[in-house]
Amino acid sequence: MYKILKKQELVPNIHLVKFLAPAIAKKAQPGQFVIITVDEKGERIPLTIADWDKTEGSITVVFMEVGTTTQRFALLNTGDSIDSLVGPLGIPAHIEKVGTVVCVGGCYGIAAIMPIARAMKEAGNKVISIIEARSKYLLFWEDELKSVSDQLIVTTGDGSYAPQGWIPDQLTQIFEGEEKVDLIFAIGCTFMMKLASETSKPFDIKTIVHLNSIMVDGTGMCGCCRVLVGGETKFACVDGPEFDGHQVDWDVLLSRQSGYQDLEIQSLQNWESRNWRRTK
Amino acid sequence: MEQKAKKEKVPRQPMPEQEPKVRAKNFQEVPLGYPPDIAMREASRCLQCKNPTCRTGCPVEIDIPAFINRIKEGDFKGAIAKIKEKNALPAVCGRVCPQEVQCENNCILGKKGEPVAIGRLERFSADWERAQGEVSIPEKEAPTGKRIAVVGSGPSGLTVAGDLILKGHDVTIFEAFQIPGGVLVYGIPEFRLPKAIVAAEVEYMKKLGVKFQCDMVVGATVSIDELFEQGYDAVYIGVGAGLPAFMRIPGENLIGVYSANEYLTRSNLMKAYLFPKYDTPIIRGKNVVVFGAGNVAMDSARTALRLGAERVRIIYRRSREEMPARIEELHHAEQEGVELLLLAAPLNFIGDGDGRLKGVRCQRMELGEPDESGRRRPEPIKGSEFETECDTAVIAIGAGANPLLTKKTPDIQLNRRGYIIAEPETGKTTKKGVWAGGDIVTGQATVILAMGAGRMVANSIHNYLTLGW
Ligand SMILES: Cc1cc2nc3c(=O)[nH]c(=O)nc-3n(C[C@H](O)[C@H](O)[C@H](O)COP(=O)(O)OP(=O)(O)OC[C@H]3O[C@@H](n4cnc5c(N)ncnc54)[C@H](O)[C@@H]3O)c2cc1C
Ligand SMILES: Cc1cc2nc3c(=O)[nH]c(=O)nc-3n(C[C@H](O)[C@H](O)[C@H](O)COP(=O)(O)OP(=O)(O)OC[C@H]3O[C@@H](n4cnc5c(N)ncnc54)[C@H](O)[C@@H]3O)c2cc1C
Ligand code: SF4
Ligand code: SF4
Ligand code: FES
Repeated sequence: MYKILKKQELVPNIHLVKFLAPAIAKKAQPGQFVIITVDEKGERIPLTIADWDKTEGSITVVFMEVGTTTQRFALLNTGDSIDSLVGPLGIPAHIEKVGTVVCVGGCYGIAAIMPIARAMKEAGNKVISIIEARSKYLLFWEDELKSVSDQLIVTTGDGSYAPQGWIPDQLTQIFEGEEKVDLIFAIGCTFMMKLASETSKPFDIKTIVHLNSIMVDGTGMCGCCRVLVGGETKFACVDGPEFDGHQVDWDVLLSRQSGYQDLEIQSLQNWESRNWRRTK
Repeated sequence: MEQKAKKEKVPRQPMPEQEPKVRAKNFQEVPLGYPPDIAMREASRCLQCKNPTCRTGCPVEIDIPAFINRIKEGDFKGAIAKIKEKNALPAVCGRVCPQEVQCENNCILGKKGEPVAIGRLERFSADWERAQGEVSIPEKEAPTGKRIAVVGSGPSGLTVAGDLILKGHDVTIFEAFQIPGGVLVYGIPEFRLPKAIVAAEVEYMKKLGVKFQCDMVVGATVSIDELFEQGYDAVYIGVGAGLPAFMRIPGENLIGVYSANEYLTRSNLMKAYLFPKYDTPIIRGKNVVVFGAGNVAMDSARTALRLGAERVRIIYRRSREEMPARIEELHHAEQEGVELLLLAAPLNFIGDGDGRLKGVRCQRMELGEPDESGRRRPEPIKGSEFETECDTAVIAIGAGANPLLTKKTPDIQLNRRGYIIAEPETGKTTKKGVWAGGDIVTGQATVILAMGAGRMVANSIHNYLTLGW
């Protein structure tokens, strides 16, 4: 059992959970993830490690409610426990001094990009961070990202805060400006990462994405997470999750992500019908 | 009136089974086990040979005539005690050992008629003991103060742990999954090996004092060198052959194409067959094809039936004679309605335009000259390509060595195929204080061979801890 030290709803449907997990905290590096199982009947799902504290022995994840597991997870509170927590998994982000780095994050990626932005800054890079949200009320960790970036750009889909637009709009503006960008990191929903990669491709700027294919074990044992990168099949959990966004076959990823859609809906309906009285 | 003179010949006693039509729709165990009177009757068939050849067929050399004699006399407690001198997981081995090529293959009765049902009797003894509710705990030797880390909780890891704890050492098992048992929990289905049996064996280990740390991926959460830093005196690597083989043909990334590892892990470990009661989904294909012909393929095909498939075909590129699966498994599968499509190999999977599997293109094969494995090599027949519909495909053509741990431990030498090189007589690796055994050394083999390796390593580790490397 793994104890929840802190639980907070950052913005509607996006939650922060801090776990007591000394062994993982000791090893965690930017870009790595954990796999959690809420309880004995739960599914194993991967979540990026958004923060960690070696002295406290804790790790933090930030997640968005999208289906049964994330909803059930969201109902837990400080002091509760989950059944299983394993990590840190995946190859850590490659951190080195390259010059100017743009770190982009959308939805849960706003938190997931934090450790990478911080590490790239510490490695001596100029870090420009861009975060997007559909609307102002869905924005979080603005100050946190500001503190690890040389420049922070915020963009909202409905223009309720900062300029109206999405990450690709902001990226294009930067690429067409004075600044020479050497590297881009993108974490968030698949569409955003795909669009970010498509935006940077004509400018030939290397773009690292964090692929979020469906996983089971997370250790290279099942092959469920396979993705097509540069024409080769790779396992996202052990060969990634970092890949070159210009090489990724996004259609295969998006298609495989939708493989259980009907069952996911069934699962959620089944769960909701039995738990509608429960509240966060 | 007694009929002493006439020696009535008792035939090999069949084991009651669930009816094929019924069992193909449920996940309960297929063979139901011997009741005591039948077990005793079967035991009476054993000739109690002076030179019991059966024993040489058993990798852990159980004293087979001795335990069978006790069953014959109704001393079931004595029987299980005898078995446990040599085998810590009899309820498992009695069910999944390929007896027909091991102990029973060497039984003298098999020369002319049918061998004694050694496996079924072993299973009977273990089940009897579990049903009594009290499993005897053997005496442990005085604590030695030595600490051993066992990586992986499959049959080999459990054996190493069980042996060394009795010798007074302090043993901790590190397991990547949330539940211990290795392939016994994530691979072999409930209808062949009920998970409650594995759980009972794990509980027994805990009672002996073995500690379990699940959710620990050695190589990720902790490294082998760090285990030594934490004060462990010896490390055993029994991580199995956990790397799925794919066929590298077009269409393999379509939705509905599974590796057997994924298909079985979803169904067994994650209990997707109980979805939506359990959260993990699995595609319940109506028309399923399985590639491969070993136990893993049989388990996948029979799982597919139970998940509601109307048609399940095993597609294999050689003929029936070359199928590596246990005869009993093949027999059970066919009884339940699994079809065989022999001498055919896939060329590519066909999608429906929406990324979902809708068929597979195959080619007919014929058998040519024997290859390195001694089996006749399948050769494609030109112009024999054909297409067949399916909505789910399971690839069960073998497993490889998972590099996650070994990549992080470069001072352990590997062979060409990525398996760990271990001394045949001791299990020692090229890294001091580290042993390896089971599937990660041999490639996917059997439960009992993994246990045999575990026993050998336990002896070697004990010698090391008392005498030196
Ligand atoms: C390496 C990695 C890191 C991730 N990090 C984060 C993170 O930090 N925060 C966050 O909110 N989300 C993250 N995700 C995505 C997260 O795992 C999914 O949102 C979650 O599994 C959804 O589960 P569910 O049961 O709530 O939803 P469901 O209704 O079951 O599924 C919704 C969608 O989520 C995806 N999904 C479902 N099951 C899995 C699974 N077992 N593994 C992966 N994806 C699945 C599918 O595409 C599906 O269509 C990450 C994914 C990966 C692979
Ligand atoms: C579907 C299927 C059916 C089979 N049927 C039969 C049968 O009928 N009869 C028979 O005799 N044999 C059968 N086998 C083969 C048999 O199960 C194996 O040979 C045996 O389980 C090998 O035991 P092991 O201890 O080496 O490893 P495994 O049983 O593979 O266990 C290894 C364990 O190590 C864990 N692990 C892996 N990496 C790490 C890591 N880095 N850190 C921590 N833990 C880790 C794994 O999660 C796993 O729990 C079957 C195999 C399969 C897959
Ligand atoms: S352990 Fe396996 S091989 Fe040995 S006697 Fe039992 S069933 Fe036969
Ligand atoms: S060889 Fe057969 S008959 Fe002889 S002791 Fe063994 S089991 Fe009994
Ligand atoms: S999740 Fe199983 S191999 Fe990646």
